[in-house]
Amino acid sequence: MSVDRTPPGNNSGHTPGKPAGRPSAPAPERKPPRAPAQAAPEAAEALPATLRRNAPLVPTDTAASRSLAAVIAILTFLAALCAGAAEMVSASAAQWQGSVAQEVTIQVRPAPGRDVEADLARAENLAKAEPGIAATRVFSKQEAERLLEPWLGSGLDLGDLPVPRLITLTLGTPAPDLKHLRAGLGEALPGVASLDDHVLWLQRLSTMANTFVGAGVGIVALVLVATGLAVAFATRGAMAGNREVVEVLHFVGADDDFIARAFQRRFFGLGLRGGAIGAGLALLAFWLAGLLARAWRSGPAGEEIEALFGAFHIGWRGYASVLAIGIIASLVTGVVSRLTVRRFLA
Amino acid sequence: MKTASLLSGAEAPVVQFENVGMRYGLGPEVLSDVSFKIAPHSFQFLTGPSGAGKTTLLRLILLSVRPTRGLVSVFGEEVSGISSGALTALRRRMGVVFQDFRLLDHLTTYENVALPLRVQGRAETSYRAEVVELLRWVGLGERMHALPPLLSGGEKQRAAIARALIGRPDLLLADEPTGNVDPGLGRRLLRLFLELNKLGTSVIIATHDYGIMDTVSARRMVLGEGRLRIEE
Repeated sequence: MSVDRTPPGNNSGHTPGKPAGRPSAPAPERKPPRAPAQAAPEAAEALPATLRRNAPLVPTDTAASRSLAAVIAILTFLAALCAGAAEMVSASAAQWQGSVAQEVTIQVRPAPGRDVEADLARAENLAKAEPGIAATRVFSKQEAERLLEPWLGSGLDLGDLPVPRLITLTLGTPAPDLKHLRAGLGEALPGVASLDDHVLWLQRLSTMANTFVGAGVGIVALVLVATGLAVAFATRGAMAGNREVVEVLHFVGADDDFIARAFQRRFFGLGLRGGAIGAGLALLAFWLAGLLARAWRSGPAGEEIEALFGAFHIGWRGYASVLAIGIIASLVTGVVSRLTVRRFLA
Repeated sequence: MKTASLLSGAEAPVVQFENVGMRYGLGPEVLSDVSFKIAPHSFQFLTGPSGAGKTTLLRLILLSVRPTRGLVSVFGEEVSGISSGALTALRRRMGVVFQDFRLLDHLTTYENVALPLRVQGRAETSYRAEVVELLRWVGLGERMHALPPLLSGGEKQRAAIARALIGRPDLLLADEPTGNVDPGLGRRLLRLFLELNKLGTSVIIATHDYGIMDTVSARRMVLGEGRLRIEE
């Protein structure tokens, strides 16, 4: 096979370059020439290994890309912090609720002409008789008075005051029928004994925790919407900046979907980078906060911090939601850029 | 009609314009009542003074603009209301060499030439040999790494031509393909187009270089003041 590699640009003769298989070759299909099959391995072998072959079709504008990745990282970080905090509050609230709900209290008020100790014993017996009550504990008079110390101060003689007395009941399994117990107490000791199952307290706690989690979810949603809008603006900017690229791609036979995919690939990459950085920073922040909380626990404020936040760790659900937010932010970036391009091209 | 006689047998024209008028916005008509047919395997020049509407005519054939009135058919398909999928399919049968090359500056010469095959979703390995062969043939074998800003005018021209040819077009449109090169290279590029035409591609070359046109006896479509005159 004779191969004349004289290019048109260097061909000073009267005939154009005639490589094998190019215009001089027979063309049964009456089509422009093709490289013959046997030329393929030779050409492929001769292709330098360093040749760049599949660069992204949408040029990467470094400054704009970095800014967008930074915006996505910051938004992801904020959303992840929010989700982690909501998860922490929800876990702590569940912990409190769990421990509070395991106990109920019977309050026995001293009444004129009644022996409070006898009333206490009667109430305790009623409680013990109720199936599902695991244990009972009667607070002594001294213990009841000590409970008032934070309000009234110590060293007072409370002997003459009608201090209500308490019996704590630990709930077992199966859960006892508290209504039945309440009715029993009302019948046996009317106006003297009452049962407090902390329902009001639990309701408030649960409302607070739900409000916090709801606000967290709302903020995460808002941040994701903001990410989507930022990406839509950036995509429009990139489309406008690359109008000529888009036009050339159309002329060489690219359909809208191909062009949309090229943009989507680029923006998904940016979203993934931003999402990973943001989620990574959020995980680092929780880890550091955990370390600090552990270090402070020995200090005077430690107990309050622990009481409020528990052990200050967000648990596997917290970590999972932080990672999920990073991934969702990247997906939002990819999908929004694709939709924006499709709308722009239409 | 002379144009009709160019059509061989039952072969449908590659491009057909019937009373096409074109204006941009509310401006004057750039093209008025333009009617012609481009026969399969034919070779023609499109000429006329600057601003006569050559580029608009090419843009109409490329379907990047739609006529204000009249009918445009490409490969037998009437293009008003054409779907975007059909539009893409028609464009894949055309090769175009722009006056300003329109190479993508961030892609290497190799990637630029491979672009029409890449956008069809083909794997890079499936067209590598083809692209390299064509690049060598147009004398850019040593320049496939280079980015377009580093190519000379002639090299860009050849890269643009290679990109137009790689997809085996049935119709080649070239807008002033010899405008940026010295007369010697211009003539060699012209021979390249003639060679392609012999292999079956219909060729339309928009030029106002009479030196080039006089070397070949081919049909001339002359645009003047928005009207088309055909010189056989």
